[in-house]
Amino acid sequence: MGIAEFFQHLMNGLTLGGIYALIALGYTMVYGILKFINFAHGDVLMVGAYIGLFLFDWLRGDSPLGLWTLVAFFLAMIISMGFSAAIGMFIERVAYKPLRKATRLAPLLSAIGVSFILSNGAAWAFGTHSRKFNYPFDNSAIHLGEVVITPHQILILIVSLVMMIILKIFVDKTRMGKAMRATSLDQGTAMLMGISVNRVISMTFAIGSALAAVGGILIALDFKVYATMGTMMGLKAFVAAVVGGIGNISGAMFGGILLGILETFGVAVFGIPTGLKDTIAFGVLILILLLKPEGLFGKVEKEKV
Amino acid sequence: MFNFFLLILIYSGIYALMALGQNIITGYGGLLSLTQAGFFAIGSYATAILTTRFGWSFWATLPAALILSAFFGLLIGLPTLRLKGDYLAIATLGFGEIVRNVLNNWDSVTRGPMGIQRIPMPDLFGFTINPYKKYAFLVMVFIFVGIAYFIFQRLARSRMGRALSAVREDEIAAQSMGINITTYKVFAFILGASVAGLAGSLQAVFSLSVTPGTYTFMVSVMVLCMVVLGGMGNFKASILGAFIIQLISYFPQLTGLSSVIPPQFKQILFGLILVVMMIWRPQGLLGREETRYGKKVAKGHKGGAQ
Repeated sequence: MGIAEFFQHLMNGLTLGGIYALIALGYTMVYGILKFINFAHGDVLMVGAYIGLFLFDWLRGDSPLGLWTLVAFFLAMIISMGFSAAIGMFIERVAYKPLRKATRLAPLLSAIGVSFILSNGAAWAFGTHSRKFNYPFDNSAIHLGEVVITPHQILILIVSLVMMIILKIFVDKTRMGKAMRATSLDQGTAMLMGISVNRVISMTFAIGSALAAVGGILIALDFKVYATMGTMMGLKAFVAAVVGGIGNISGAMFGGILLGILETFGVAVFGIPTGLKDTIAFGVLILILLLKPEGLFGKVEKEKV
Repeated sequence: MFNFFLLILIYSGIYALMALGQNIITGYGGLLSLTQAGFFAIGSYATAILTTRFGWSFWATLPAALILSAFFGLLIGLPTLRLKGDYLAIATLGFGEIVRNVLNNWDSVTRGPMGIQRIPMPDLFGFTINPYKKYAFLVMVFIFVGIAYFIFQRLARSRMGRALSAVREDEIAAQSMGINITTYKVFAFILGASVAGLAGSLQAVFSLSVTPGTYTFMVSVMVLCMVVLGGMGNFKASILGAFIIQLISYFPQLTGLSSVIPPQFKQILFGLILVVMMIWRPQGLLGREETRYGKKVAKGHKGGAQ
């Protein structure tokens, strides 16, 4: 493998991984605070992609590719983020909040129900065929020496990087971010310190869902929009979150990118057949659970009696 | 119409087997497994391949299907069950997708999306159990359900059942009582997997063909719904749940409304059942079956830590 080929695969892996990372953040933030896996996260991604698609097509109308299509795309993305955040908060309020004091199993089962309602509801409302999400720009390849980059890949890199930086600043520097960290550390104490835990949880779902919508729209440009698109993406993003240490925000970002790179190199270099590409993430999950179950950056938590 | 009802009963029986397995895993062990469909598929394909390609009789393939499913159960159970239960949910979700992926792509063995047709009908002492004439098949399925119910009921009241309940209620307390929690969790998971494999074998000789499209995630969710609707930790309830869910799932055809009701109707309803039951009636229709000192305790009794 030459240097150029290596950079080519690295580039492809980075862009795929950037999307995984965006989605993984939602899993990891919710897990950090509520200690449960939000199975409906992948389906929120799908809803976000649909909203983005409809808005973009509506805003764009018949205008040719140009500055306006790019503006329309970002507008569609931002509005879709807002809608998805609202949907995420609504789901939390209706399906998870009443179960906060219930057994561990209850919210998990409820989440699977929500996931099923969303994906099949979308199939019913929008049909089972997949829809094309048109590129808002001319997506012809750019040659940098021997390495080929598409504008779409550049978009993914920029958008995911910006989102992650904003999130990092939000969590580290703002009051709400501080409240989130406190809640994830110890809910009871946070409540005693005057933090509105309900608001923090709502906010967590809103942010996670908004990021999922971005991930959904970015992936839809390449792989179209369909009702079950969230299942595999959600699964892989979850693996990414586990690899980075679930509950750890930077870990999720790193895990997503690592998984993206492993997948691309697994197919391109180690000759794993494309049909079995999806099994790579699964293999990674089993390996990490066997060798380092707390993830690469996770803390080992001793359970107290 | 009556014939159609028999068909629903047969499917209820096949799914009841899976639901019994799910109940051991989820109802007793408190573990969320999302891959009864995966083991169902493994059992079906084991029977399909062994009968069509190697000329085994159906009865000889049954233990093979059981053991194969149990083996895969061990394979996913060992790494994930040492940890918190949540990982099992994701690992099993992934496993189900991968089984389907492999069935679709491993053409030389599974014949890909085409599936395997012309599976021979099972026969017993010269009597062919013909799935088209449903009675004999119905009897066979319910004999299996009866055996599985009996065995599971016994197991639940044995040391194993009590240990599992203890693990479900409080892992640390169970551990300090000398219960090896990993062993019991893995054992429950393997049991649940193997009975789903058995259900798969029956499914193969009932439809006489297998295609990967039968073994989707929806099957796993349906089975989960059966257990949740009936009541976790109650084997009778799992069988009842299987019957109700099958009735719901064939409701459009049964009432002749399939042109009016959208095809996603049942899936959306299953999702709703999970959410609504968790919020308003987490114990299910029949509730958990409590046993104390070898005697059944009246329903609704809150014994010990709930």
